[in-house]
Amino acid sequence: MTSLPQSTNKKLGLVIDLDTCVGCHACVVNCKEWNTSGYGAPLSDLDAYGAEPSGSWLNRIHTFEITPDDAPASIVHFPKSCLHCDDAPCVTVCPTGASYKRSEDGIVLVEEDRCIGCGLCAWSCPYGAREMDPVENVMKKCTLCVDRIYNENLPEVDRVPACVRTCPAEARHFGDLGDPDSDVSKLVAERGGYDLMPEQGTSPVNKYLPPRPKTHGTADIVFTPKEPPLNAKGFLGWLDAALERL
Amino acid sequence: MKVEERNLDTSPHVSDEVRQTTCYMCACRCGINVHLRTGEDGQPKVRYIEGNRDHPINKGVLCAKGSAGIMQHYSPARLMKPMLRTGERGKGEFKEIEWDEALSIASEWLGEVRKRDPRKLAFFTGRDQSQSFTGWWAQAFGTPNFAAHGGFCSVNMAAGGIYTFGGAFWEFGQPDWDKTELFMIFGVAEDHDSNPIKLGLSKLKSRGVKVIGVNPVRTGYNAIADEWVGITPGTDGLFVLSLVHELLKAGSIDLDYLIRYTNAPWLVIDDPKADDHGLFARDRKGDPLVIDRKSGKAVSSNKKGVKPHLKGEVKLGKGRTARPVFELLAQKYLSEEYAPETITAQTGVPAGQIQRIARELAEAAFEREVIVEQPWVDMKGEKHDRMIGRPVTFHAMRGISAHSNGFQTCRSIHLLQILLGSIDCPGGYRFKPPYPRPVTGQPNPHGGSRTNEPLAGPHLGFLRGPESLLLEDDELTPQRIDKAFSWDAPMSSHGLMHMVISNAHAKDPYGIDVMFMYMANMSWNSSMNSKGVMQMLEDKDENGEYIIPKIIYSDAYNSEMVAYADLVLPDTTYLERHDCISLLDRPISEPNMLADSIRWPVVDSATQAEGRDVRGFQSVLLDLGSRIGLPGMSNEDGSPKFKDYADYMVNHIRKPGVGPLAGWRGKNGDKAGRGESNPDQIKRYIENGGFFEAKVPDEALYFKHANMAWQNWAIDMGLQDAPYENTFQLYLEPLRKFQLSAEGKAEPQPPETHRDRIKKCFDPLPSWYAPFEGSLISDDEYPHHALTQRPAAMYHSWGSQNAWLRQIHGTNPMYVPGQICDSEGLQDGDWAIVKSHHGEITVPIKRMEAVNPNTMWTWNAIGKRSGAWNLDPDAPEAKKGFLLNHLIHELLPPKGDGMRWSNSDPITGQAAWFDLRVNIKKAPNQDGPSTPQFPEQKKSRKSPINVEYGKEWTK
Repeated sequence: MTSLPQSTNKKLGLVIDLDTCVGCHACVVNCKEWNTSGYGAPLSDLDAYGAEPSGSWLNRIHTFEITPDDAPASIVHFPKSCLHCDDAPCVTVCPTGASYKRSEDGIVLVEEDRCIGCGLCAWSCPYGAREMDPVENVMKKCTLCVDRIYNENLPEVDRVPACVRTCPAEARHFGDLGDPDSDVSKLVAERGGYDLMPEQGTSPVNKYLPPRPKTHGTADIVFTPKEPPLNAKGFLGWLDAALERL
Repeated sequence: MKVEERNLDTSPHVSDEVRQTTCYMCACRCGINVHLRTGEDGQPKVRYIEGNRDHPINKGVLCAKGSAGIMQHYSPARLMKPMLRTGERGKGEFKEIEWDEALSIASEWLGEVRKRDPRKLAFFTGRDQSQSFTGWWAQAFGTPNFAAHGGFCSVNMAAGGIYTFGGAFWEFGQPDWDKTELFMIFGVAEDHDSNPIKLGLSKLKSRGVKVIGVNPVRTGYNAIADEWVGITPGTDGLFVLSLVHELLKAGSIDLDYLIRYTNAPWLVIDDPKADDHGLFARDRKGDPLVIDRKSGKAVSSNKKGVKPHLKGEVKLGKGRTARPVFELLAQKYLSEEYAPETITAQTGVPAGQIQRIARELAEAAFEREVIVEQPWVDMKGEKHDRMIGRPVTFHAMRGISAHSNGFQTCRSIHLLQILLGSIDCPGGYRFKPPYPRPVTGQPNPHGGSRTNEPLAGPHLGFLRGPESLLLEDDELTPQRIDKAFSWDAPMSSHGLMHMVISNAHAKDPYGIDVMFMYMANMSWNSSMNSKGVMQMLEDKDENGEYIIPKIIYSDAYNSEMVAYADLVLPDTTYLERHDCISLLDRPISEPNMLADSIRWPVVDSATQAEGRDVRGFQSVLLDLGSRIGLPGMSNEDGSPKFKDYADYMVNHIRKPGVGPLAGWRGKNGDKAGRGESNPDQIKRYIENGGFFEAKVPDEALYFKHANMAWQNWAIDMGLQDAPYENTFQLYLEPLRKFQLSAEGKAEPQPPETHRDRIKKCFDPLPSWYAPFEGSLISDDEYPHHALTQRPAAMYHSWGSQNAWLRQIHGTNPMYVPGQICDSEGLQDGDWAIVKSHHGEITVPIKRMEAVNPNTMWTWNAIGKRSGAWNLDPDAPEAKKGFLLNHLIHELLPPKGDGMRWSNSDPITGQAAWFDLRVNIKKAPNQDGPSTPQFPEQKKSRKSPINVEYGKEWTK
């Protein structure tokens, strides 16, 4: 069993806006291309050009259809990666100390040299956010791009997770959720950001912003137009008057 | 367990070098930073690709496709050497040959055709971005048979816009994302204009601006829209004209804008028996007439200070009268035919929703005016203190254009924009340089052909009336193999690539000798009736010769089309080539910024795989041009004029001072737009991140169609040589001219077979008619609609060879509305047979509710021919994936008149993919695979089993 830190200096994490995410997979693929040559072993692809291709990914998008009784059906895209929980069961379950949470910033990592590929952490994660690499047989998970966010070989502006830098809809935000004055904390407060499955007691750091309410096709008009309706002389009568005003 | 020391380097080495070029994972042309790092073999290898933050298109972000570029660049389906067919067509059996041999075969075939009859070459390019170059080459060759893929892509959108107001959507213009107050997006697939639209939507979301998605399918952009209009396919025109009806009824239109910038006041002749009935009344100089509000008399629309009326009748003499366009327009759209209640059943949109959206449009446009404090001067010399905008915007794409009524529907959307006064104003739609470019600034199409001589002008253009059709002397027979600019599709400004193989096979109007294509997967997803097209390419005549005798094809990958080529010219990947994204072509400008860009070999192809010997297609084309002696491609001593495409990009002169690239012209590179060639030009582009941009002057930022400062700047920059007259054409006179021909009142006249449809469809005011396929089949037999769209994470057929993208979209179920599932007893995961008038396919289905209840849909081009793209023959793409194309015929259902009617828009020839009507039943066999299946295509080389990309750089 591996211990969690009592507290962390920062709570670095992601805020994901479900109102803006179009489900385009940009974050998914950019994550893969950054990380396959980065932290730890590559993110392998098995039977890559074959009949049953599969590979390890640190971030995936799930698509849900919502079918309310009183509104048309709609689609919600839900990107999911490790939520870097404060009470991360994937850490405490690890028999070798490979799985750990950093006290400086709260990032949950797997130190691959210590990982024996037992898979206990993946079983314990209620979010299914860890994946065993099919070729390397080590546990892979989101590192919050720990090899980017402090990387002095990158321009300062690029020291954010790859998924955040690439997101075309700007639906992904990165910052310190432990600091109530940070941009991400303010965004969460403003938009009613929420924890995923809080009943699991994992205290996830990542937050999701809910989709804004939508207009239903049959909704009422909420304002009155300025122009009066056509007068008795009809459209051409209105036109005369309107042209006079020009 | 407590571990104190962790083995973690938070500042690892990233890359040895970053090179900036232009993406080509789809058509968006984003700027990318390609990180290179030395690989195991000591050669530079791609480590990581990210968006270029300074680039005008993507501003740093990058989509899934762009991020998967590594897997495309190292795809095992890459071609390695020129290949000559050894087996029968379609099998994929080739021998590799040297470039010398390949080029001498190609130049012999091409040279022979040019000497004998240049028409016998059909040269068509697919999704390439070098049409100004390939068109120039084809013009020099002298064949009339050239076009790119616009005819099966979105020519309705381009032509509808150019004819109406000198712009269109996407490359022509975009919403003023920073200032708009309401945005409506029509028929836009998930992948379209990928990064810019997502960036734009994000801006709107952050400002709380409402987004209305009009689309039968509620995915992608429509999923995050604040309101969804789940319209019935092919009825968008009715919906839009109903909005027009409501706006007119409420008087919510911008009369001042209409008078200033449109032909709303122009007088239309009302003399039903005359041969100019319905044309504009003009003075002796040819200027259109308007009614002077003061005197009530007809005067020139160009008379200084005239205040024209928008209604009334004037006498023209000899008992003839005329009325303003606006009055005709108001009468037409105020009719109950367009009332929301009337069109609800056809469109599937509740009347109350139409009324409310009309009021929301009016409220945003007129109650939330946007003002930019910037004085400007219009082309009549009038000074304006400020720029006042109507902040409503629209965007539309293939869902609108890929119908047989698409041209008129595009025009209807533009009519709506113009009535609201929201073209090129603050908060509205904004032109991107070099647009606006109205028909007055566009060439006519050119045809005719003589042996060993170039064509008189560019192939493609915008004809002004029937007199410019490209017909033989009988005024009936098309000059072109695709029948563009003929009575079948008079205003087909992008050609009809989808008809080339079918017509060549039918020898209608004639057979061809050499078909030369680039980057167009015609034997698969880029054709309607793919199975039929494959057969046409395989068919032989009584002498055992192929009916289409010689096929030259260039592609970078072992696509389905490669199998049908006789000679294959292997192209490079996008990271190994020169390209110019030119203002002469499909530009990448932003409204504030004129821009163009390049690709350059950020890696040398020879270092990217063992035995790789490929050449950029454009360089090969220049080489072939020189070998067969095309004008402008050889020096006097016969040596090639251009060493390669890079040389052409720098040194080709299209008109004095203007070449393919606008940046760093002039000997010292200090000129923009116009200037002599600069030998260091490409170097300067590379130093600047691969692109060039020039800021549009502040006083020219809006109202470009009528803005003196814009016209002057556009002339300075070489975009145009004189000011363009650009009066928005609400009433489109060329359409009326075709009607007059069809009525027998003008020459030339269409054949009897075409008259009724020209009379009906060529309405000079935007109109709606039912899509053709649906009108020719039985609603009872084929009650449903079926559509495709590309996903955000895959582009055309290219993506399946990509080890990463195929894990996201390896199959494509048919998404079937719950209502249809219930009535047909279908459940998720079932196999079903989907049938059209033309064919049937067996497909896996998935139930879906967020879709128009009468419309099923699937992802485009995921299905693959077994073995193609060097995938395992049992790949899910081949066994579960499928193409809807097999259901779509390139011809309409026979009408019994013996004619081969193209399944296209009758005005522009745009392929009407989305008119498809189908039925669906549970398949008797529930085990798959998808059908039709085809014999396995031979792989060009073996693919690896596992991929561990980047292993050499990880510990």
